[in-house]
Amino acid sequence: MRIGIDVGGTNTDAVLMDSGDHSDRVLAAVKAATTADVTSGIVAALDGLQAQHAFDPAGVHAVMIGTTHFINALVEARRLAPTAALRLGLPATASLPPMVDWPARLVEAIAGRAYLAHGGHEFDGRQISPLDEGELRRHAVDMAAHGVRSVAVSSVFSPVNAEFELRAAEILAEELGPELPVSLSHEIGRVGLLERENATIINAALRELAAHIVDALAGSVQGHGITAPLYLSQNDGTLMDVGYARRYPVATFASGPTNSMRGAAVLSGLGTCAVVDVGGTTTDVGVLTGGFPREATVEVSVAGIRTNFRMPDVLSIGLGGGSLVRGTPTGIDPALTVGPDSVGYRLTERALVFGGDTLTATDIAVAAGRASIGDPARVADLPRALVEAALERIATDVADVVDRMRISADPLPVVAVGGGSVLLPDAFPGLGAVHRPEHFAVANAIGAAIAQVGGEVDRVFAIEPGRRDAVVDEARQEAVDRAVVAGADPASVTIVDFDEVPIPYLPGNATRIRCKAVGDLRIEQSNSPRPTAGQVR
Amino acid sequence: MSAATTAVSDLVRVEDLAALARGAAVLGTGGGGDPYVGRLLAEQALRRYGPVRLVAPAELPDDACVVPVAMMGAPTVMVEKTPSVELIGRTVTALTEHLRVTPTHLACIEAGGINSTIPLVAAAQLGLPLVDGDGMGRAFPELQMVLPTLSGIAATPMSIADEKGNVGVLHTIDNHWAESLARSLTITMGCSAIISNYLMSGAQARESLVAGTLSLCRTLGRRIEAVRADHGDPVAAVADELGGRVLHTGKVTDVARRTTTGFARGDATVAGPDGVLELRFQNEHLVAVRDGDVLVSTPDLIIVLDSDTGEPVTTEALRFGHRVSVLGAPADPRWHSPSATDLVGPRYFGYDHDPVRVWGGRARTGGAR
Repeated sequence: MRIGIDVGGTNTDAVLMDSGDHSDRVLAAVKAATTADVTSGIVAALDGLQAQHAFDPAGVHAVMIGTTHFINALVEARRLAPTAALRLGLPATASLPPMVDWPARLVEAIAGRAYLAHGGHEFDGRQISPLDEGELRRHAVDMAAHGVRSVAVSSVFSPVNAEFELRAAEILAEELGPELPVSLSHEIGRVGLLERENATIINAALRELAAHIVDALAGSVQGHGITAPLYLSQNDGTLMDVGYARRYPVATFASGPTNSMRGAAVLSGLGTCAVVDVGGTTTDVGVLTGGFPREATVEVSVAGIRTNFRMPDVLSIGLGGGSLVRGTPTGIDPALTVGPDSVGYRLTERALVFGGDTLTATDIAVAAGRASIGDPARVADLPRALVEAALERIATDVADVVDRMRISADPLPVVAVGGGSVLLPDAFPGLGAVHRPEHFAVANAIGAAIAQVGGEVDRVFAIEPGRRDAVVDEARQEAVDRAVVAGADPASVTIVDFDEVPIPYLPGNATRIRCKAVGDLRIEQSNSPRPTAGQVR
Repeated sequence: MSAATTAVSDLVRVEDLAALARGAAVLGTGGGGDPYVGRLLAEQALRRYGPVRLVAPAELPDDACVVPVAMMGAPTVMVEKTPSVELIGRTVTALTEHLRVTPTHLACIEAGGINSTIPLVAAAQLGLPLVDGDGMGRAFPELQMVLPTLSGIAATPMSIADEKGNVGVLHTIDNHWAESLARSLTITMGCSAIISNYLMSGAQARESLVAGTLSLCRTLGRRIEAVRADHGDPVAAVADELGGRVLHTGKVTDVARRTTTGFARGDATVAGPDGVLELRFQNEHLVAVRDGDVLVSTPDLIIVLDSDTGEPVTTEALRFGHRVSVLGAPADPRWHSPSATDLVGPRYFGYDHDPVRVWGGRARTGGAR
């Protein structure tokens, strides 16, 4: 058995799943309120599972937790540690120092201090300038004097050569003590100095909170008598152990939407599908291929900070249960619109079915007999043609978004989740049937419970003539090896994503190859502690 | 594009930079590099040194000393090893000190992409006005592919400098040699260097530069934003601003990239109501073909925009499912002379046909001016 828990801003959901060889069965699913201390919400959710389906805590093999706690802390600028950003690259890069393009409010919230030092590498691994250890020690002394409690280290082209970041971490430990958390950019991001550095600084600022939250999570699970290992889910839908999570809280940032999509897909039994989540205000559409969300290819801003996280590619439109419906109630009106504005949380006062004066998508659903909330009598007189035109408009708008997200010309099944999904038709022309899985309200927790272990390669390779196939094989093998080191069962590892893009103007047919392998978690029956070092990127 | 800019003092301020960079990405025709780092550098420079004055080429005195400055190398490297404000200014000074001349104006050699903002950085730092124009009116991948080459202006003497403090000055026998030697140096310097070349007089600048392209970038960027805010059609606005036309609208159905010569070479297909358009690119979009007919080719501009937002789409960002509009816009007429066709026509890039212009007609014979 496995337990998946999703700690969201409002709700803490949990599921108990029976892990069969080929299928996963939901034994129990509960929702509890998220509490300020996180732990009592989890305890309540675990109690709820126990009440719904009594289980032996010793029979639980793994507990997977997905949480939006860390991204929320950044967005709300709370509980962030005073942080220094140390960049190695002088004499290059000095004009655009760390945090150059950050919102002032967040620089303040982390009491951010930027330090520049010599070091860095060229694209081909040569040094830009040698490391100046005396300079680093002087910076460390200044950091201590200013109460810095966490440090982010970035070095130019560290994804090509990480030696300076590693040496700088040693020097910082000597000067500031081994307990002071140090985050290294090559472990967090890819090429693109400012974006990678930004992610590293965010990570550094969250380290204290991560230590606290991870301990609290582990404590509440153990308090329940469960001794199985604990994992957190990452942005890409794979797992990290608690030791890694303490060091890389930033890797949880997009786990919410990822878990939700993966959970919905597995509930519907589909590996490749579009997931359409219709909420109160927006409809979010993502696409899964081989069970994993497609990632956005462009830079992603988080709380106004530009980063290059691997975020799932999600397209949102302003269409949900609270969307305003505008149009004339006679015949099919081509100008009829649904959304993008919404009555939002005031649905229960403004929608017609609740005695309000605003025609919303919810009223349409009730009038069409697809939902029974509020007072159906209040929409009984809506013209049939209007209701049908509105549903048609919704179907067309959503089909268009799904079509935009398709990754090939093949038909793409649609999985509909969210309270507003009653508004969707049973099939989209050209796309196929709409699947409406059970338990979709706890899709996030299920997504966490089914998470696998991954390994990834994302590097620039020089491809000599005639050597392409050999280089590709090498990259694939490295991704597989990394997944196994991270805890995947070797027999189950497969390549789920592969992409090669030539890089203009670099010599030697430089090509960026991205390759991701994933496999099932190797469950260790003895529950002996696993090394925490093995990880994923 | 006209040289009608007659404002006595047109300033580029920090708040103009986002619009200018967006417009530069439009003229980048799919290549030219992501202007983000260039925009940040220009922001730093303008905050520290104040706004930059734009001067129309028509206002340049004959004896003005006009110095272009640009970045050379891989945009991928520039987003990792970001150059400094001082390096850009220092590269200009390296050339003028070598030649013992006093620069009066700086200039932009490539308005498309990241090189639209690099001269702003140097102009702010050195306190010099910047010519409102550039050497291409678009983006092209090689150093000799500029209108001054057609006017017989030598690329060298040129300076080339890196952030480590290395500076070179090149004297070459022609502009193709300048490209090839500077390319080798750039790679050795770490695949990102700042260059200053095509030093020219005011009279030469008036004759050989495309007038008004920097303010055009800013206008384009502002207009895309304004039309979008009004829920208008930003694609039509761009076509209107550039005197071009929408060739095709549809959905990207295939992208094939090849690793052949270090350029991002490939093809993409865009399926729409008018059929299937094939885009051929090498860093920049170079040829647009539909049903076997070449609709437009280099040197005219082939611009791919997101159909909804009007945001320019680079060749790297093209992917299946993207809804795009493909625009053709006329290049500066001087790009259609026979010698220009040798320099930047389809055959130079390995496509076996003559240039096809967006408003019809083949390359004009005789010196088009």
